[in-house]
This record gives sequence, C-alpha cells and structure tokens, in this order.
Amino acid sequence: MTAEPRTRSAAEPDRSARTVVVVGHGMVGHRFVESLRRRDTDGAYRVVLLAEESRPAYDRVALSSYLGKASEEELALADEDFLADDLVDLHLDDRAVDVDRSARVVTTAGGRRVPYDELVLATGSVPFVPPVPGRELDDVFVYRTLDDLDALRSATEAATARAGAGRHAGVVVGGGLLGLEAADALRTLGLVPHVVEMAPRLMPVQVDEGGGALLRRLVGDLGLRVHTGVSTSEIRRDHRGGLTVFLSDGTELDASVVVFSAGIRPADALARDIGLPVAERGGVLVDGRCRTQDEHVWAIGEVAAVDGKTYGLVAPGYAMAEVVADRLTGGGSRFTEADMSTKLKLLGVDVASFGDAHATAGGALEVRLDDPVAGTYSKLVVTDDGRTLLGGVLVGDASNYETLRGFLGEALPGDPMALIAPAGEGAVGVGIDALPDGAQICSCNAVTKGALVEAIASGEASTVPELKACTRAGTTCGSCVPTLGKVLASCGVEVSTALCEHFTQSRAELYEIVMATGLTTFSQIVGEYGTGRGCDVCKPAVASMLATLAGGHVLDGEQAVLQDTNDHFLANMQRNGTYSIVPRLPGGEVSGEGLIVIGEIARDFGLYTKITGGQRIDMFGARVEQLPAIWRRLVDAGFESGHAYGKALRTVKSCVGTDWCRYGVQDSVSLAVALELRYRGLRSPHKLKSGVSGCARECAEARSKDFGVIATEHGWNLYVGGNGGFTPRHAELIASDLDTTTLVRTIDRFLMFYVRTADRLQRTAPWIEGLEGGLDHLREVIMEDSLGICPSLDEQMARHVSSYADEWAAVLDDPEKLARFTSFVNAPGTPDPSVEFVDHRGHRVPAGMRDGQPTEVPELGFGPRVIAGPRLPVHDSASRSPEEVGV
Amino acid sequence: MTEPSRWSSSAALRLREHPTGTTAGAEAKDPSPAPVAVATGPVTTPSGWTEVCPLERVQPERAVAALVAGEPVAVVRTHDDRIFALHNLDPFSGASVLSRGIVGDVGGTPVIASPIFKQHFALADGRCLEDADVAVATYPVRVVEGVVQVGHA
Repeated sequence: MTAEPRTRSAAEPDRSARTVVVVGHGMVGHRFVESLRRRDTDGAYRVVLLAEESRPAYDRVALSSYLGKASEEELALADEDFLADDLVDLHLDDRAVDVDRSARVVTTAGGRRVPYDELVLATGSVPFVPPVPGRELDDVFVYRTLDDLDALRSATEAATARAGAGRHAGVVVGGGLLGLEAADALRTLGLVPHVVEMAPRLMPVQVDEGGGALLRRLVGDLGLRVHTGVSTSEIRRDHRGGLTVFLSDGTELDASVVVFSAGIRPADALARDIGLPVAERGGVLVDGRCRTQDEHVWAIGEVAAVDGKTYGLVAPGYAMAEVVADRLTGGGSRFTEADMSTKLKLLGVDVASFGDAHATAGGALEVRLDDPVAGTYSKLVVTDDGRTLLGGVLVGDASNYETLRGFLGEALPGDPMALIAPAGEGAVGVGIDALPDGAQICSCNAVTKGALVEAIASGEASTVPELKACTRAGTTCGSCVPTLGKVLASCGVEVSTALCEHFTQSRAELYEIVMATGLTTFSQIVGEYGTGRGCDVCKPAVASMLATLAGGHVLDGEQAVLQDTNDHFLANMQRNGTYSIVPRLPGGEVSGEGLIVIGEIARDFGLYTKITGGQRIDMFGARVEQLPAIWRRLVDAGFESGHAYGKALRTVKSCVGTDWCRYGVQDSVSLAVALELRYRGLRSPHKLKSGVSGCARECAEARSKDFGVIATEHGWNLYVGGNGGFTPRHAELIASDLDTTTLVRTIDRFLMFYVRTADRLQRTAPWIEGLEGGLDHLREVIMEDSLGICPSLDEQMARHVSSYADEWAAVLDDPEKLARFTSFVNAPGTPDPSVEFVDHRGHRVPAGMRDGQPTEVPELGFGPRVIAGPRLPVHDSASRSPEEVGV
Repeated sequence: MTEPSRWSSSAALRLREHPTGTTAGAEAKDPSPAPVAVATGPVTTPSGWTEVCPLERVQPERAVAALVAGEPVAVVRTHDDRIFALHNLDPFSGASVLSRGIVGDVGGTPVIASPIFKQHFALADGRCLEDADVAVATYPVRVVEGVVQVGHA
C-alpha cells in the first residue's frame, strides 16, 4: 500500500485535542502511535507523523525476506484502520528539518509548519560507513531501507547482465547480525556472498568464541565466504566495470556489489541542531521517562540514549514507545533495564544470545556443550555457586531459548549441564511449569508468563490466537508462538479437537482415516471409528468428506440421510421453511435471455428476487414441492446448480475486466469464469468464496475472499484467507506475478489442503492462523511441496474436476431422488398451510413471526419460551393440560 | 426391506399403540437408555388412525412429513427400524420443518435436529434437549401390513 501522502490538513482536528508530533515512522515510531491511540480512548491527542521515507512503517527486522518471497505489503506495519484513523495524520516523504522549541513548531523539508504540544523523536539510526576509500562508488550500498534493497537488487541485475553468465560475488563489510542478514540477501539475489569482519569471529556482540566458530562453519556450509580478523582497505572500480575490494591481509575480492553493514549510529542530527544534549557516543540524552532536557520533547528507539545508553534492537525501542505513550496518558511508567536477548534464524541457522552472554560478571562460571557432529553449541553463564542463570549462547539449535531465558536471574531447577544436554541422555529438560511468573515469554512486547497465565485464568483467552490478541505476545517476531501453546497447555487448557460426541477424532484426523481406509459409508465409519449413530454435527461433516473422497451424487444412497436440509433439498432453507434458489452465474455474467428466464420463473412462482453479494440472483419463497418444477425450467434454459446451499465453492466474483474497463491489465472475467467452473461443486469444511480483479484497483474485492486473485502487469497475485462476516479478514499475499498455470495449480493445492486439514466450519483465515508456521508453512507445503503431498493434492483435484456433474440435472432424471420433494407424503397436492406471504415494500415476504408484520400466530417463535396456541400443538410441560394439545 | 412383524414388536411402537399400558416390559427390551415412559399429552386411545405411506417411503435415519387430521406430522424412522411421530412445527421458528432435520442421537437418546436453529427433540417424547420448558407433541404410530399409520384424537 504505497499510500499517497495524506492531505487531510489542519481543517478537521478537534480544537480541544492536543497535538503530538512524531518525527520518524519506523517500527518504534509506529508502535508509539499505535500504543497512544489505544490508550487515549477519549481522543485527547491528535497525532501528526512526519516520515522521511516514502512508505509507511514496515518491519525492518524482516528486511532480508523482502528480496525473497515477502512483498512490501507483507512487511507493512500500518493496517488500513491505522491509515484511516481520523486522529492520525501521516505525512510521507517529508522529513522534519527544524524545530522551534520555544514556539513549539516543527518545520519540514517540504515547508510544512506543524505546531505541537508534545514532540516525540523516533528518527532511528543511520548505517555507519567506515572511511574506506571508494565507499562513494556506484554499486556500493548500505542495508537499512526498502529503497536500499531495491537499489541493491537492480544493481545486481545490471551487473549480472553486464558481465554475463556465471556466479558473481558480493562483499558485505561487517559480520554482525545485520551483516549476516545482508549476506543472506546477496545469496537470495544469486550472488556468492563474502563477509568481512574485523573481529576474530562472526556476530562478536552476541556469541562467544566457541559459538562463533560453529556459526562460521555452518554458514560456510551454506556458501558464505567468511573473512574474519581483517578490515577493508579500499574499493576500486576494475576495468571490466566491476569492483575490486582490497582487504588488510592482501586479499583481493572481485565483486558486483559491496554492502556496508558495519553498525549503526543514532540519527541524532536534528536533536543536535536544536540544541538538545546528546550522549558521548551519540543519541539524544533522555531520562527513564524517555524525556529530553526539554519537558515537551521525548525520544524513543535507536535515537534515544537512556541514561547515556543506546539500544540497537527493536524490543527496547518498543518498551520506550510504551513508556512515552503511558506518560502522555497520565501513567507513570519508566524504562528500566532492557532485555538485549536475541534469537534469530540466519540462513537457516539458529543463533540465540541472552543475558550476560560473555560472562562479564565477577565470578561467573561458564558451562559449555560443543557438539561439532550434531552442529550445536550451547553455553550457560551461571553464578559462582552454579545455581542462578546469568546468560547464555546457543548456536545451531535454539529451541530451548524461550525457556532458558525465562530463568534469567532466577534459581535453576537443576544442574546447568542437564539443561543443555541433548534430549534422551539423562536430560531433565525444563518445562513451562518450572518458569517463574516474572519470566518474559515475549521479549518484543515484554509479556511475562504471569500476564499470559492471568489472561488464561480470567477466561479472556483459551486459544493461541486469543492469547495473541489480548496480550500482544507473539505479534511481532512470532518466535514465542509455540511457547504460548505450551503455556496454555500448562494451565490445563486443552481445547478438545473431537468432532462431536460420536467421534473423538478431529475433522482432519477423520479425513485422513477415511482417505486411508477408503470407507464409503457413514455406517461403516461410525461403526469402526466412532460411537452411537451420529448427529447433525458429524453427519454433514462426513458427508462432505465422502463428497471429496468417494465422489458420486450427494443424495446417493446413505449419503442422502447425512445431509443437512440445504444439501438434502439442494436449496437454502429460509425462516418459514421455504427455500431460496441460486442458479450459477459464473463470474457474475448473465445474458439477457438468461435474465428473462429467471424473471419468468420468479413471476410464475411468485418468488422474491434479490441480487446477492456474490454477483448472482437469489429467488426466495419456493415451497419444497415446487423445487423440481423450477429447476426443470432452469436446467432446460442451460442453468445449473449454484451450490449456494452447500459448504462448497460459492462464487468467483469478478470486476468488469479488460473487455470493457479502461484500466484492466488482465482478463479477470475469463479467469473468474474458469476458476468457478473448475471448483464448482467442491465440498469443503465451510463455504468458499473467491474473486478476481483485473488490476490493483481491486473492484472485485478479491482480498475479502478465501482466495482472491489480483492482476499485475506480469501475471497474477494470489491472496488467501480473507472473509467478510462476523470477523472480517483481509486475505494475505501468498505468491506474486504467477502465470495462469502456476496460479491454478497453487489454488488447486490450497483448496485441497484446506479440504483435508481444516476443522468443521472453519473458514480459511482461522485455518491458516492455526497452522504451525502460518502462511509461510502453507506456502512451503503448496508451492515447495515440503510435505511431499502435492502430487496427491493435484490428483485429487483433477478427479474432482473430471467427475463434476450438475446435481440438479441428476435429480431431475432420477424419480427416486425426486420423491423427497413433496409437501406431505400422504397429501402431495396440499401445500404446507403454515406457509403464508404478505406484501412488504411491494415485495412478497413470509408472513408473521417477526418484526411486527401481520401475523397469524402472534407470539410464536420469538423468545426462548414457547406457549401453546390454537394452531400450534406445542406445550409447556410444566403447565400442561389436555385441552392444550391439539391432537 | 424390513418385515412388518419386526415393527410391531418394537418397544417404541408398542408404547405408541398402548399409551396407557404398562411400560415395564417395554423398558426392559428397549435398547435405548432414553426414558420411554413418555409424555404424549392426553392419555386417550386414538379414535382413528391415518395411513401415511408405505414403510419403504421413509428412509432409515430420515423423516417424512404427513398430514394427520389437519396437522403436519413428522414421521421418523431410526437406524434400528423404530418409527416415531412428532408434530412437524419447530417451536423455535414456527416453521413446519422438523421432518427435514437430521436424525441421530445425543448421549444415546434418539433425536431429530431442527433444520432451522438446530435444537434437538427427543423422538420418544418430543422434549427439547436444549430447553426443558419446550416440547413438541408426539403421536401414536404403528405399521400395519407395511403401511405406516399415525393415531389421532
């Protein structure tokens, strides 16, 4: 969402509101505004955000993923609610250049003058580039913003094109955390990455010598060329147009690009210009309240030096953001000691560091376990009595990180060596139960185990998504999400996955059983794997499974008795017991002739007609015995079932498309029609909706669908997991610029994987959220075949597509199936006398029962308690008398 | 298809034929743990029987709607070939639809679920499992020479 700079000016704001100007829209600036808006429930503050970059805040921590599969959109932090917030004015591409502290006015590069009541500096940091000769050459970059990455990408492409085939190299100056990220980015771009680090090991701040040695070996195995203990002396342009990097040990490296990633410096220029005191090594001096010397100016994040100390990680920055938001809304919180713990996966290698990783405390002891064969290194730093954990380093396997970090400063439950020993060799392991309440589970958002337990105990949260929503734990880097599940389990919250009282298995488990055993009837399935005779929960669920596994008509044999009334009568039951009818209009296209047929049917049967949200026409008020006659006419006119009655594919909505639209870039209508015809009739755990838009204007609202497709100049972007309804969700981008064949194959697999593994009545959004690894995992499964099931998914979809037949046409040809469409088995000519209609706004709607409409049975059906009436032989058992029962 | 003789020996069926009779023997034979001493409303012998349909018109674990003395009635057949009759009007929605619900069991009690809001009604006595204050009327039912008959006042 490259939103335009917002131009809502000072015309609107509430006069009584105070103005907070935030300089910098990075991760910390964004967090501050979010937090302030959440706390400031009365709207006492209006926020003006001045951003230097041309984009709203994005996840800089995940920067390197931008060159791989993540899109700019996926990295975006500001959602639409944020961008639409009337109390937040965001000005992109307009850097603050001056502040008049006495008049309290900020001036921007664009000449904007913004008065403030409170000013928050969140300018972050700038990359440090050592004074190496040649650093100003083209093809030499820093690694900080999406613009840097775009430039790096195009330079790499240009260099590769210039120099022809073969692998080219790139050099990263700096072997710290960010340097390795940059090396990963170069690798993604197809270069051989060289890393030059002055210190004797990689990531010198986080890991010790032993960990560094293993890290070097593991990243070397992945293709990184590591040069430690050397510095970069010079960069020169060579005669072929490439670069040569000269190292202090005499090595010369040929490179297409050079990236400086040798640390960061606080971006404190503005603060210096306006006379605020800065720390010796840079950074605006602030106190524990994050306030500068000026009581109306605050500083947070990497630009702030709290009591003289700066922090280059996002978690302390977030903590500062919360402190200032709290202070401005009347709170009294302070920024205390920051957790400098780090856990990351670099090029697939786990690295974690926490607490006093280098054993600087007096008398501290180190316990190490170095396993070069397994490729793991663990070190714990403990007090001299070996009882209290002070810190640690983990390389190769950091699965114990969350648990161990929880013990920081606490008494250990056992021998330190036992905590890092590999499982199965007398290791005690550490359970969540042993963690103290104060242990921080989510360091990004400073959520303790105690806070999680409280949310669970109070009933606020009983699932991982609920826990994330109410505590914000796991919402930033996501590394603690598995731990959240363990906390839930340790609190005794066991969410039963049993389908119903008749099956202890979850829907996914039962699906696997039915698939593996090839059973084709409910009686066999409930007999062998369940108990009792089933119910209205498990029967339709099994019917849906059999539809995608065994095939055949949904009303064949025993399958018919399993179906919900809608599937049983192939129509949608409405509140008065009549049905509505939706013929398929693929992609929303309908001819004039088709409209006339629908119109004539509606007129002849007195049906109420309404245009649906999915670009179809719904006809209401058909009595059960009228359905075959109506469908006879529809089928004869070339219509087929629209499956509006099924937990199945409903519609693929489309925009006008290139046939007519001035803006469309791809033929969205043809694709929508093809997708709708491909997946029509596919039974699924819940209804499925789709949309195809022919350009980024998104007129088909594809992102509110379970799977949505949006055309690009180069192909199609595929979004998954959207829905409207009770909990609206936007679909997320899973793949970009796909050609049509790849797009269809990806959707095939997405749908079949969903059909196989989702819970009953679980839409795609919560299904994806519930997958361990979420969207990334889904992408791996269906695009990289990480589970090896894609051939089977493809085959199952191919079977569905080739065996499709119109359900209504089949019923009309089958007297046995037709027999059920009758009002009374012993009086087929008598329509249900309880069905009556009245006129409402000139339309025919059901009589009675609701909303004060004319009614024959006035008190019927409103409340939970039902009384007897002359036409309603229902009795209240407590006050029953013979006269009340109408038999 | 099941022979009529099997029907007339069913406990549920005998109850419907003799609502005033003793239920002791019937309970002993009834495979269902549900109470079979049912509240069928007025304890009277039906004054007439209405023929509904041949038994094979009712698919096991499904119901059909019939018109009995002017009232809509759901005639339900269970998997073990017992037959029940309940008033067809769903008391929660007022729609005449119970016959179009799914037949199954809740805790062993044979039930039919309303297709509108999914409340469960015990086939044996019509009571709603979700709301003890609500029940639908039940009717005597029998199978004579392969034809289902529902009794009425």
